[in-house]
Amino acid sequence: MDQSALLAVLLTIVTASTPLLLAALGELVAERSGVLNLGVEGMMVMGAVAGFAVALTTGSPYLGIVAAAVAGALLAVPFGVLTLNLVANQVATGLALTLLGLGLSGLIGERFVGQPGVRLAKLHIPGLSDIPFVGPLLFGQDVLVYLSIALAIAVSWVVFRTRVGLILRAVGDNHASAHALGYSVIRVRWAAVLFGGAMAGLGGGYLSLAYTPQWIENMTAGRGWIALALVVFSSWLPSRLVIGAYLFGAVTILGFFVQGLGVGVPAQLLSSLPYIVTIAALVVISTRRGRARADTPACLGQPFVPDR
Amino acid sequence: MRIELEKRPERSAVMAWASPIIAVMATVVTGGLIFAAIGKPPLQALWIFFLEPFSSLWSIEELIVKATPLILIGVGLSVAYRANVWNIGAEGQFTVGALMGGMVPVFFNGWQSPTTLLAMLALGVLGGMLWAVIPAVLKIKAGANEILVSLMLVYVAQLLLDWLVRGPWRDPKGYNFPKTVGFEDWQTMPVFGGGRLNLGIVLAIVAAIGLAILMRRTMKGFEVRVLGEAPRAGRFAGFSSDRMTLFVFLLSGGLAGLAGIVEVASTVGQLQPNISPGYGFTAIIVAFLGRLDPIGVVVAALMLAVSYLGGEAAQVALGISDKAARVFQGVLLFWVLACDTLILYRLRIVRGAPAAEGV
Amino acid sequence: MSASETAASEAAGTPTGTPEFLVEARGLVKRFGAFTANDHVDLAIRPGEIHALLGENGAGKSTLVKMLYGSLQPTAGRIFWKGEPVVVTDPGRARDLGIGMVFQHFSLFEALTVTENIALALTGVKDMNALADRIATVSKDYGLPLEPRATVADLSVGERQRIEIVRCLLQEPKLLIMDEPTAVLTPQEADQLFLTLERLASEGCAVLYISHRLEEVKRLCHASTILRHGKVVDRVDPRKETAASLARLMVGADVHAIRPKHARVAGPTRLYVDQLDLPANGPFAVALQKVSLELRAGEILAIAGVAGNGQSELFDALSGERRADRPGAVVIEGTPCGLLGVSERRTLGAAFVPEERLGHGAVPAFRLSENVVLTRDTVFADAGRRLLGFLDFRRADETASRVSSAYDVRKGKPDPEARSLSGGNLQKFVVGRELDRKPGVLVVNQPTWGVDAGAAALIRQALIDLAADGAGVLVISQDLDEIFEIADRIAVISRGALSPGYDAHVMTLEKVGLLMGGAHGGSEHIEGALKLREADGRAY
Repeated sequence: MDQSALLAVLLTIVTASTPLLLAALGELVAERSGVLNLGVEGMMVMGAVAGFAVALTTGSPYLGIVAAAVAGALLAVPFGVLTLNLVANQVATGLALTLLGLGLSGLIGERFVGQPGVRLAKLHIPGLSDIPFVGPLLFGQDVLVYLSIALAIAVSWVVFRTRVGLILRAVGDNHASAHALGYSVIRVRWAAVLFGGAMAGLGGGYLSLAYTPQWIENMTAGRGWIALALVVFSSWLPSRLVIGAYLFGAVTILGFFVQGLGVGVPAQLLSSLPYIVTIAALVVISTRRGRARADTPACLGQPFVPDR
Repeated sequence: MRIELEKRPERSAVMAWASPIIAVMATVVTGGLIFAAIGKPPLQALWIFFLEPFSSLWSIEELIVKATPLILIGVGLSVAYRANVWNIGAEGQFTVGALMGGMVPVFFNGWQSPTTLLAMLALGVLGGMLWAVIPAVLKIKAGANEILVSLMLVYVAQLLLDWLVRGPWRDPKGYNFPKTVGFEDWQTMPVFGGGRLNLGIVLAIVAAIGLAILMRRTMKGFEVRVLGEAPRAGRFAGFSSDRMTLFVFLLSGGLAGLAGIVEVASTVGQLQPNISPGYGFTAIIVAFLGRLDPIGVVVAALMLAVSYLGGEAAQVALGISDKAARVFQGVLLFWVLACDTLILYRLRIVRGAPAAEGV
Repeated sequence: MSASETAASEAAGTPTGTPEFLVEARGLVKRFGAFTANDHVDLAIRPGEIHALLGENGAGKSTLVKMLYGSLQPTAGRIFWKGEPVVVTDPGRARDLGIGMVFQHFSLFEALTVTENIALALTGVKDMNALADRIATVSKDYGLPLEPRATVADLSVGERQRIEIVRCLLQEPKLLIMDEPTAVLTPQEADQLFLTLERLASEGCAVLYISHRLEEVKRLCHASTILRHGKVVDRVDPRKETAASLARLMVGADVHAIRPKHARVAGPTRLYVDQLDLPANGPFAVALQKVSLELRAGEILAIAGVAGNGQSELFDALSGERRADRPGAVVIEGTPCGLLGVSERRTLGAAFVPEERLGHGAVPAFRLSENVVLTRDTVFADAGRRLLGFLDFRRADETASRVSSAYDVRKGKPDPEARSLSGGNLQKFVVGRELDRKPGVLVVNQPTWGVDAGAAALIRQALIDLAADGAGVLVISQDLDEIFEIADRIAVISRGALSPGYDAHVMTLEKVGLLMGGAHGGSEHIEGALKLREADGRAY
């Protein structure tokens, strides 16, 4: 394969991995606080439609990005009310969120089907971006790609090196103890859930603004679920999450690449690769973790009712 | 001022009945608000959506036809969820059931016998079970999260169906349309009185009654409930979580597979890329609305079938998108979960910051 | 404070406390719904005083101190600090005032380090490394050494308590509240704790010491307040009382004395465990190593031990929830059953009562009649019970009623949910359910933990009666008083290894303590404490 084809593949891998990374980072923070939000798919697809709609009507993809994050966070609000204030079952509520998000986005996005979107521009840094091969790859990405990496670093630093992150981890480890020490478990979890929603929305927005700038119903195609699997796969560590996201992005692109080679493998088989690989990754990481369940936030998925 | 939850000493029997009713009413109100927000007359839209489907015999027949797969899948899921095993992949098991059962018309089209349909149904159940055994085994052997595995398999199943009907199984005389041969008379479900109402509903009711008896009166049902409520107590009683996982996945998967073959062998009449308007996911809502009880599921299935029919009618009459039905279903599940809190907790409004009096 | 002084200060309009007291509570009331946990409680503690708060389980001690600490808010009443009225809105405010609290159930985070745990309990921590150094210094200084970078999950229960105490010490408290601190300590660790508390008191820090262990209170405390059913019944100097008089004040009547046991007649072996090895099945679990014991008909064998030394693992191995590696490792009534599960062991005539009644021994949301079926399914379902056996509800109901009346289970309705029962009543039901089967072997883990005195006495009597009838009874307990009361033979479990069983009248508290602390690595402080006690001439 020649250099320009390789570069094209690598660039596509970056765009395929970024939405996964964004959504998974948000869910990682939520799960670190002890909340399991299965609604990532719903929040992502709402972010996609909101981002697309706003970008199209205002002409600005940057406003679209903001709208995507806001939409994701807004959809997380009923989830938060149910699971944090009303102590509802987190699994069922997350599913409800996904169904609602998929339905609502389909409803809102109907009038946008088939319309060409506004694409998020790739940066061009004079001098750096012109370096052959490395230039476009490292210095010619759109702003959300850089944001995703920056956020990964920021989340890692905050969670492990600041007091805020310490409180977050404490709440996820033992919410009863955190409450006894005087921390507001509900408030910490609300913040984490809203952050998770905004990030999922951002990830979805990336799909409709950069990956394929148009709106297709259910365009997330299960990426939200893959993001959930990624969080497990990364053992709740942001650094491993970046690696995982890029691995999955690579697998997705591999499918298209092989198709392009004209080998007689059915397109559907290649399209199913990301899902099959997700299952395989879950099996591998769960077997390996087997004995050492210490990395799972101990209170994950458990409801909390304070006694006062 | 804030709202506090006060735990009730016992589950409130009253709320257990009232909660689904309150949830439905709240959904109707929310629906009215949504309709108003998108500029459609709310009361008229609500009537078309929720009440018109009951107004004619034809539409009642349609309701039952739509409710059939929801009941079949829903009762299986209700047992699984009661055991705290989260089979979210019913849609995929539905698809594979349709595929397996559909092999008979595709490969043995000439085999004409009373047992043909029976074989198709049996294969449908088997297909659903095979697809469901994967997440079950992966959970038991590797501890892999069954929600994510069963969900991933939904996408795989749909892609499998897509490939088969566009490729190897495509009807050679079908003008290149992506579909298999149409099913012959003996390969489809027998109907009552020339309408669309078919034997499937009988299967569904039998399944519902059978599982209701299982859950309420047998040791197996007791085992399901104990393992779902208190797994440690279940082990103490000598029950095995692993075997229960396998059991409920096979049960719910088999029923979903049956629903799949019944659907393609009646309403659809052939295999094609799109055979389900999301029954596998709607059935999840049905299971919750039905309070995870097989008889409750029957009632809930009828209610959700209304949302499908109402959605179609509203589209025709008022130009409201059929996606609105999906939104309703999501909103309904939210309200059901919110109202469920009232079964275990009382809401109390507390004024001001609590402080010692007299200071 | 005299009545006229109270009246005077109240008449003046602004109520003030008495300045000679460090902390004072007047008329504190706390209600949870219809239940009154504290009913007009008055409490007064002087600086440098070690003050005991006595009462049996459920008397309202924990609720009272949680109000002092700000974890709960009083429904009515006032609190005074150094004579000034205060509102303790939350634990942060309590810490600002100078109140520290060591809970019975630790507020620790297993996945975090010692330093991180302490940092979470303090405000304004800027430099984690400086904090780590302070922790090392202060903990060593007070005789409770800690390694700041250790992960809590790896620490023993006694070491975890040290984290809680050091956390308080770092804030230089004026009042230290301790809720049942010695429940989780070996006798030697308890001695070390007393030295630390006495030192604190001499430095001017007051200690509010909650306990129901009367010998300790007599030894350590200068003053005491006694609670019963949420009300203060008396204030006495424990040094001037006897354990019996304190007990009478706590319970309100002479505690029903256990009937003296008859001389034990050794019968056939009911339960035999032979070199049982069981690997740890989790990061926080304990591996069992070559555990052997022999339980004969007619005797009560007690296994003493501080929490976290393999008791749950041993119980699971005996009940069959975890199977052994060979059939002969566990033998019940002569049948090797190491590879058999719980139900099979029950058919051999064994019965089991686990430590946790809600969630393990009974399903909280199920009614009593349903909970009866939990361990007795062979009785209630006919053929094919495993798969499709139909439940006999009538018989389940009858059994539940029979058990309830035989074991004095007090419940609001005829067939309530298990979680609506009080701890003592549910425990009576769970124990009664097993005894109703007339088992040949009974294994019970913590039979009277968290149970009121009346229920505890009934349960212990039931165990003695069962043994007298010819069954073999194995009791795993952390309560040494209970063990010495009912056991014929005593063994000690420590770090997953079981000592041989000694006759009860040969065992002393000292020996048990030494066996418990056997694998805890003798630190010089524990040995020092032992020497001090010997020098004191105290014998148990």
